[in-house]
Amino acid sequence: MSNDTTRPQAWWQRMAHPGQFVAWSAPLLWPLTILTAALFALGLWFSFFNSPQDYQMGDTVRIMYVHVPNAWLSQFVYAMMAVSALGTLVWRHPLADVSMKAAAPLGALFTALALFTGALWGRPTWGTFWEWDGRMTSTLVLLFIYLGIIALWRAFDDQLRAARVIAVFTLVGAINIPIIKFSVDWWSTLHQPASVFRPDGPTMPGSILTPLFMMFFAFTLLFLVLHLKAMHTEIKRRRVMTLQRKLAQGAAA
Amino acid sequence: MIDLGPHAIFIIWAYFGVALGVFGLIGWTLLDARATARKLAALEARKAPRRTPESTV
Repeated sequence: MSNDTTRPQAWWQRMAHPGQFVAWSAPLLWPLTILTAALFALGLWFSFFNSPQDYQMGDTVRIMYVHVPNAWLSQFVYAMMAVSALGTLVWRHPLADVSMKAAAPLGALFTALALFTGALWGRPTWGTFWEWDGRMTSTLVLLFIYLGIIALWRAFDDQLRAARVIAVFTLVGAINIPIIKFSVDWWSTLHQPASVFRPDGPTMPGSILTPLFMMFFAFTLLFLVLHLKAMHTEIKRRRVMTLQRKLAQGAAA
Repeated sequence: MIDLGPHAIFIIWAYFGVALGVFGLIGWTLLDARATARKLAALEARKAPRRTPESTV
């Protein structure tokens, strides 16, 4: 009679084990980096040399090719953190904690860049760098939420406990994402309503959509590459903390 | 260089700011990865002698 009572793990459980995760995802980093660089090169070439001026905004439409991808990522990264927060609270999975922590600084930077490029686009288009309207204010609140999450991670020595507290905070903060998305429909605002992802299709011509989508995929891939690398580092950092604890216990004994 | 029109300064600053932010983020990610890997290697080297047969008996 066998006394082996451990159940075999499903393939996705094996893949999500932190050590296994690093082993299978590390070889993806270089191909993804090359693809990201190629997409950026193509996207920048289209943005400056193979796309027309807008009939109203002129050349300032080229700011859109960096503004929209950053604005998209500011919300996408948060949505991913919210999904990871569920993984932390429901399954108590260490990889979900790692994913949440690694994504926060990336999301904060993309949000800051969305605000920065938006201000530079707003000045020549609307006549002002900033307006306290729904879209801009809710995006600024998102930046503060990201900064709060980063500060919370640094405030806790016990990272397991930190993950649970931050997961709750992240899920509460997720209410801001639909507010950002629908702010242009709910309130009177300088910001234009959605013009790409609409039920009746994009309102832009293909010549402007092509560089926009290239930069959109380039930035999204850049996030995935940096997130993977940051997750690998975070897994190693946790191993460092475990070893330091063991060495300290050994020295004390 | 193409003519970016009367608002060229806004376009140039937008792309320059994004480039600065993105390269800064890449640099920080790589430096953090390198520093953590170095720390881990040093700790594992310190821990290694404990695994010798003499010390486990």
